[in-house]
Amino acid sequence: MKGLKLSKNVKDNLITYGIVILAYLIMEIMIKTGHISSLLQGLLVPLCVYVILAVSLNLTVGILGELSLGHAGFMCVGAFAGAFFSRYMQDVIEVSLLRFVIAILIGALSAGIVGFLIGMPVLRLRGDYLAIVTLAFGEIIKNIINVLYVGKDANGLHFSTKDSMSLGLMEDGDVIINGAQGITGTPKDATFTIGIILIIITLVIVLNLIHSRDGRAIMSIRDNLIAAESVGINITKYKLMAFSVSAALAGMAGVLYSHNLSSLMATPKNFGYNMSIMILVFVVLGGIGNIRGSIISAVILTLLPELLRGLSNYRMLIYSIVLIVMMLFNWSPKLINLRKKYSLKRLLKKTGEVQ
Amino acid sequence: MSFISYLINGISLGSVYAIIALGYTMVYGIAKMLNFAHGDVIMVGGFTIFFAVSMQGLPPMIGILLAVVLCTLLGITIEYIAYRPLRQAASSLAVLITAIGVSYFLQNMALLIFGANTKAFTSVVTVPAIKLAEGQIIISGETIVTIISCIVIMIGLTLFINKTKAGQAMLAVSEDKGAAQLMGINVNGTISLTFAIGSALAAIAGMLLCSAYPSLTPYTGSMPGIKAFVAAVFGGIGSIPGALIGGIVLGVIEILGKAYISSQMADAIVFLVLIVVLLVKPTGILGKKIQEKV
Amino acid sequence: MAALLEVKNLGISFGGLRAVDDFEVTIKKGQLYGLIGPNGAGKTTVFNLLTGVYKPSEGIITLDGVNITGLKTIEINKAGIARTFQNIRLFKELSVIDNVKVGLHNHYKYSTVEGIFRLPGYFKMEKAMTEKAMELLKVFELEQEADYLAANLPYGKQRKLEIARALATEPKLLLLDEPAAGMNPNETRELMDTIRFVRDNFDMTILLIEHDMKLVSGICEELTVLNFGRILAKGETAAVLNDPQVITAYLGE
Repeated sequence: MKGLKLSKNVKDNLITYGIVILAYLIMEIMIKTGHISSLLQGLLVPLCVYVILAVSLNLTVGILGELSLGHAGFMCVGAFAGAFFSRYMQDVIEVSLLRFVIAILIGALSAGIVGFLIGMPVLRLRGDYLAIVTLAFGEIIKNIINVLYVGKDANGLHFSTKDSMSLGLMEDGDVIINGAQGITGTPKDATFTIGIILIIITLVIVLNLIHSRDGRAIMSIRDNLIAAESVGINITKYKLMAFSVSAALAGMAGVLYSHNLSSLMATPKNFGYNMSIMILVFVVLGGIGNIRGSIISAVILTLLPELLRGLSNYRMLIYSIVLIVMMLFNWSPKLINLRKKYSLKRLLKKTGEVQ
Repeated sequence: MSFISYLINGISLGSVYAIIALGYTMVYGIAKMLNFAHGDVIMVGGFTIFFAVSMQGLPPMIGILLAVVLCTLLGITIEYIAYRPLRQAASSLAVLITAIGVSYFLQNMALLIFGANTKAFTSVVTVPAIKLAEGQIIISGETIVTIISCIVIMIGLTLFINKTKAGQAMLAVSEDKGAAQLMGINVNGTISLTFAIGSALAAIAGMLLCSAYPSLTPYTGSMPGIKAFVAAVFGGIGSIPGALIGGIVLGVIEILGKAYISSQMADAIVFLVLIVVLLVKPTGILGKKIQEKV
Repeated sequence: MAALLEVKNLGISFGGLRAVDDFEVTIKKGQLYGLIGPNGAGKTTVFNLLTGVYKPSEGIITLDGVNITGLKTIEINKAGIARTFQNIRLFKELSVIDNVKVGLHNHYKYSTVEGIFRLPGYFKMEKAMTEKAMELLKVFELEQEADYLAANLPYGKQRKLEIARALATEPKLLLLDEPAAGMNPNETRELMDTIRFVRDNFDMTILLIEHDMKLVSGICEELTVLNFGRILAKGETAAVLNDPQVITAYLGE
């Protein structure tokens, strides 16, 4: 009986891994044979970034059951921490892969720590209040990075929150983080292959966490906090665990993101609440708590505006209409009943519904 | 002296936030949803006035009236098409995401019609400025109109809710939809009315905001919308006096923060204050305490 | 026999309302004890006080010689009190067996790292947890439904699952809040057997709230009757149920 169930989980997870690897192989073949537009090729690393972000946010929203609108803030921390390290160490560690791996670890760790520190006070808030506070933190992180100046010279590191002049660097000095101009000259270490490996790592962490003792504790809090407490589950510990792991993975995505750009700035567009909301859209549309759904919807929703590019100005309008219609179609109780009544096969239902 | 000027500016900006926050707070109170598109209704109001007054040369009063009517209809339509079908949805996140979709839709619609470049909004306020303390403090006409509008709206809305049948129906629906329905209250109608009032207020807020900060883009409503939402949460979401307090406090902090601490960090300061308030009072300054029955 | 639970002078006020006043009870090891009273008498409030959901305004709660007054819910669970809820509180999106495994959480441990990287400790402990959970499910005849979502269980089985989950935490004292609510007479009879079985086979002490007098008189050895937050009567079941005061309180004048 139990063996059967375990293998069902394992099978489910294997399908998810399989989809990622298959998508990778197809893409690689298309790249090798030149059947891919340069536009799409440029989107491959961002796609990996968004997939990791969506899967990691699903850990907070779907598994822990808490609404977070500050995910882009953690991505921002990771992006800057990682890029800072790579810029700083560019001449010291010359093996780019090794440097990048360390940068990823540093980015993930910093974002995880920030997530932990933020989570400690705020996770006792619930629902929409938690959502607005995480949004606020995301905006604060972005704001702080925009006034941060860090430079290095022979004397070591210099910090300022005013401007690059007040760093007081010597002539050979190098401004690494230049306030609103951010970091320029980050080595472009990110590749599609590394992106896919990071997706797999994210999946291993998230899926194995869900199907373990800790994951059950996290989901028990989601399902019934009072009952979870009554059977001795440490609410704070597991909320923090889910939240900081989610933040750390977002930080990892941030490192990937920053090493795909020659110039990294914290703008409202890439690290503001709009980005957090976009990731949330991936999660909800893919099915709350459904990890595979997050991957698929992140890919489709990232590609959709590109596929609609021919429609020029209308594409974002169509995107928004598609979003509204899909939400109504997937979630309206009336439409769900209608679909159940008239669905030709259960096939449709399986892709449309959560889990 | 400059402190008093900043304070007055802060109260003025805060009044706009308060008017927008009212829309958030009323809708949240009654439909238990964050209407993310509310900020964009402000933008629609701004563009309507811009179109009517600056492009068509209509008198400002007609422009404002048009904006109010259009936004009211827009609010009712959005609720009917996008939110009502999801009222019984399994997850409250569904309607939040739909609201985000509506927000994108309005922004991109405006982008298509008016283009991406910033429009210079001509103030529709004709009230002259007041000079105090021998000209050291100047209170602009926009500020006077904004603060007076805010006061009038607050008093009017409080009277409406406490003295009229429709207002009482709103209270009843926000307490318990099922019970309200059983008492013969038209729940759908009441929710539509709430969206109508909230959106009409958004149109007025759009007029005031664009008159005070005369630049208009499809994204004009977005950030003020978020901040007004913060103000609503800050004051205690669902509470009308809370929206007023939250809005004013936020506006004052933002302007004083810009003036005395750092113009780049003003938003961060606003958000930081929100976090501190929520950590001390988890449901905002005037919010009701909710405890789950075991 | 030694006293397992000793409560003295327990009380709590909500605002001006005195919800529970001067409550006391002594429950011996292995006893089946009933707490009855009309609706709104404060029975569930007593449970909430015992399990730390509410902090008592005054009074002392001693479990097995340890003062547990004012501890947090999870500490009280670790000290040895587990409960069920009047309005069933299962982990609805988890499977039936996972509900029980959450109950086993503090007794079968492996680290997060072992869990994420699937180290041997994970497999060993998960296997042990599965065995233990299935054993508990069998007691409540839920083993066929182990892989169902808890939300999909019929009502009576949901109540049973709640008891199984509470037992999984290896308590010394089990609190059951209206275990027979919503059950038909047949199910109630079965439940009575199950409760007795649990007491005998798990060496359990049980305190239960119930309105079904058949169940109360059938399995409870002693009773306390609450009315308006105060103790109206206490003692051996038969005597208490024949007390005129108790009859009046239940049936009205």
